[in-house]
Amino acid sequence: MSDEHSSILVPEAIRKVMVSHARRCYPEEACGLLAGDADGRLTNAYPLTNVAHSPVNYVIDPAEHFGALRHAESKGWDLVGVFHSHTHSPAYPSATDVALAADPDWLYVLVGMERMDTLSVRGFRIRDHQITETTLSFDSHH
Amino acid sequence: MTHTIRLPTILRVHAGGEATVSARGGTVGEAFADLGKRYPGLVRQLLDPDGSVPVFVNVFLNDEDIRYLQGLNTPISAPSEIILLPSVAGG
Repeated sequence: MSDEHSSILVPEAIRKVMVSHARRCYPEEACGLLAGDADGRLTNAYPLTNVAHSPVNYVIDPAEHFGALRHAESKGWDLVGVFHSHTHSPAYPSATDVALAADPDWLYVLVGMERMDTLSVRGFRIRDHQITETTLSFDSHH
Repeated sequence: MTHTIRLPTILRVHAGGEATVSARGGTVGEAFADLGKRYPGLVRQLLDPDGSVPVFVNVFLNDEDIRYLQGLNTPISAPSEIILLPSVAGG
């Protein structure tokens, strides 16, 4: 997805999956993967298991990761990003997120839970240990 | 017997930018060894110094995680697809 100079539309259904998963997993970090189509649109969010079961770390279940890959491919999509929650810190990549960033092309979405009434959702690219914010726009009509 | 190995983006730099490569072998380990003849840098990423698969790489042979099979000794009886997935983790 080439979006360095534009925002990414996050359909409401996808935003809801990420936020709901973050609330459901609290106090542990929640995590999941994002699928997108060939036109760069986000098409699905997969809420997955954090096998670390930790409030400060996440590791996506490898089998569920594989299942999401197969599902996305069956729809003609690619896995294009990952989301996870920060239970007590801002929606900004941590040093661990940067160190472990798995794919320079992925969108990294953070759900910040510092304020439980208004969770913040922000997007980033992490390339060569550099963080660049990608503006997310939210569309309630999708 | 030639197998197709799918690489995650982060490893493609070690394989000339290719998304898929082919390798021959009767086990996953043999396929990796064959891969190492052409892409030694790639195999250095796939194997720890003790010859095991590092925790940050997940290896799926025909949809099965080789950790739950016989690891690198898992036999491959027919041309197969091996998918390498990076561990997705953070804090």
